[in-house]
Amino acid sequence: MDAILLQTLNGLDKGSAYALIALGLTLIFGTLGVVNFAHGALFMIGAFCAVTLSRIFSWSYTVIDETKTDFLGNPLKVDVPYVQAWFGDEMGAAIIDWSVPLAIIFAIPIMIFIGYAMERGLIKHFYKRPHADQILVTFGLAIVLQEVVKYYFGANPIPTPAPDAFKGSFDFGAFLGMEPNAIIYPYWRMVYFMFAGIIIAGVFAFLQFTTFGMVVRAGMADRETVGLLGINIDRRFTIMFGIAAAVAGLAGVMYTPINSPNYHMGMDFLVLSFVVVVVGGMGSLPGAVLAGFMLGILESFASMNAIKSLIPGIDQIIIYLVAIVILLTRPRGLMGRKGVMED
Amino acid sequence: MFGLDSKDSKLLLIVAVLALAAPFILNPFPAGSELAQFNAGYPDLMQRFVIFGIFAIGFNILFGLTGYLSFGHAAFLGVGSYSAVWMFKLLSMNVIPAIILSVIVAGLFSLLIGYVSLRRSGIYFSILTLAFAQMSFNLAYSVLTPITNGETGLQLTLDDPRVLGQTATADGSIPVTNLFGLEMRSTYELVLGAWNFQFNAGYYLSAVIMLASFYMAIRIFRSPFGLMLRAVKTNQTRLNYTGMNSRPYTLAAFVVSGMYAGLAGGLMASMDPLAGAERMQWTASGEVVLMTILGGAGTLLGPVLGAGFIKYFENIFSKINDNVLHGWFAFLPDGMEDLLVTIVHPFVGKGWHLTLGLLFMMVVIFLPGGLIEGGQRLGKLLRRKSAKQDDEDANKSASTAAE
Repeated sequence: MDAILLQTLNGLDKGSAYALIALGLTLIFGTLGVVNFAHGALFMIGAFCAVTLSRIFSWSYTVIDETKTDFLGNPLKVDVPYVQAWFGDEMGAAIIDWSVPLAIIFAIPIMIFIGYAMERGLIKHFYKRPHADQILVTFGLAIVLQEVVKYYFGANPIPTPAPDAFKGSFDFGAFLGMEPNAIIYPYWRMVYFMFAGIIIAGVFAFLQFTTFGMVVRAGMADRETVGLLGINIDRRFTIMFGIAAAVAGLAGVMYTPINSPNYHMGMDFLVLSFVVVVVGGMGSLPGAVLAGFMLGILESFASMNAIKSLIPGIDQIIIYLVAIVILLTRPRGLMGRKGVMED
Repeated sequence: MFGLDSKDSKLLLIVAVLALAAPFILNPFPAGSELAQFNAGYPDLMQRFVIFGIFAIGFNILFGLTGYLSFGHAAFLGVGSYSAVWMFKLLSMNVIPAIILSVIVAGLFSLLIGYVSLRRSGIYFSILTLAFAQMSFNLAYSVLTPITNGETGLQLTLDDPRVLGQTATADGSIPVTNLFGLEMRSTYELVLGAWNFQFNAGYYLSAVIMLASFYMAIRIFRSPFGLMLRAVKTNQTRLNYTGMNSRPYTLAAFVVSGMYAGLAGGLMASMDPLAGAERMQWTASGEVVLMTILGGAGTLLGPVLGAGFIKYFENIFSKINDNVLHGWFAFLPDGMEDLLVTIVHPFVGKGWHLTLGLLFMMVVIFLPGGLIEGGQRLGKLLRRKSAKQDDEDANKSASTAAE
């Protein structure tokens, strides 16, 4: 029982990341009808927003501390970050410590801008081209973005820790009245899961309860008619692209403490997120979220030792296997609608 | 010639001459001169040209003719490499059985994957093939380690059985791959003045096989089967309405292109007998897509051109470093020189992939037909210009005559 619970919990954080990326992919696909292979790169750029912000916060100048000496007997040089000089020692240290959560605020405008620029500058010209061309040009863009990041940040993963307050683990077993240390779950993963829940709820609420969202949903159903009603649907879809980019970016920002970002993390996630989207059903937002969590949990179940010894290697291929089975038995995916990307 | 019309024979002849004379053509600069770094006429690189040429020709039979975009073709190349190396380990160091086995295994493997993947089309097909390829890649890395030797990659060892050959040579080293005794790595060097031309046995074997596969591709393009595949690309629904079942045709195309990939993989292992899982990764599949698109999908010559282009510039660009750049821009004033070097720096050396990505985007955006289309447009432009010139000349002479 506790093993099952533990694996479910373990699957949740990876599932959240899949769900967030797949949600963004589906938003873009459902509104603009574009298959965006550069979405993984947006996830990666989000993660590097967090890295950049933590670097900006640790910009520092050197002061000579006369009271201490280094091992050679010279006065010790101490690096003082500017934020500490401006906001005082304690506040400054707190800002540096909390750089990853703060990066959310920093990343949103950047990601929306990148998404907007991408749509207006490049993808706009590909609406009338075949899907293969869309895949190819966004694939090229993904390579370019990835290489630019590699040029500036190097090829090695950059550890970006979570705030001290979230280090350590939560004893979930004791919380449920089981024996202590039966189920241990790192705090930050819990934060990530809740954060993903909030974002997903936010996106759904935005689409469901605002006029803007209503227009967008109408446009997804029948773009032409909405256009005929005198609504500038293109502009709204562009904004949705920006929002989708921001969702991917935020997923990346919050993922940095779980996995140190490197330049190709986006590609690794992209392949899986595409599988997630297809399993959930092209163009279905609830399907993407559901499939994201489902595959995340399945993946963590498959990596249990009991199952691995039964079917060796299953943890490596379970997601692809599920995708193949689903595509062949339910060609539209779990919650796909009729008439969306039928071929 | 060989059942081809005159235009195709001419094309085949040109490719044959280019391939067989490649050690001369790719080596235009004297050794030791400053431009020698642009030479591509050494065996390792020339082998890569033709082997990736084969891979791209095969991919083009699927993508160029039927329009099915597979993102998992590297899996077949990897499988081909593994089976060739196993043949070297178990049977003998002769490359013929190895290559035959790699083609057969890749063909069977692609039959399996194609049978499942081709039930869907469009983006679903791309994702299914991608899923299968990633699955094979992950398996090769983990559970299949007894067969694939995991992360280290499959290599020859001194205690392999090699039933028909010898386990180790007389001096106790691993025997080398050969074609009935002709060693693949043996190279004849011809020194003509300042030039140093290298004729490598492995290269010529690959080149001959490439020509054979190119010929096969021409035959497929011109056959009724090829026409059928084009019909699938143009309008599959209409084809279905005329009572045709298109799946056997697409499956055949998929298997043929998988066998081409296996052939390329087998040749790759024959030139250098080791195989690693990274050959199956999806970036490798992306590379062959890049080659085919860059050269021109659906054309005969395009994929070969694209493969050569990418491999050549990959090699050249990665060699350029800041010192070379400073050498180039030395004639400029210092400030300008440093500025230019700083601008160019991110695009060369390790930044080659950035250039490749940009180039690829440019091609998809502005030249969907690839280099071939670019060449045709250029040719048309020149012809129109010269035609206009002729017209003007004619008018002028007419008006002078009228006076």
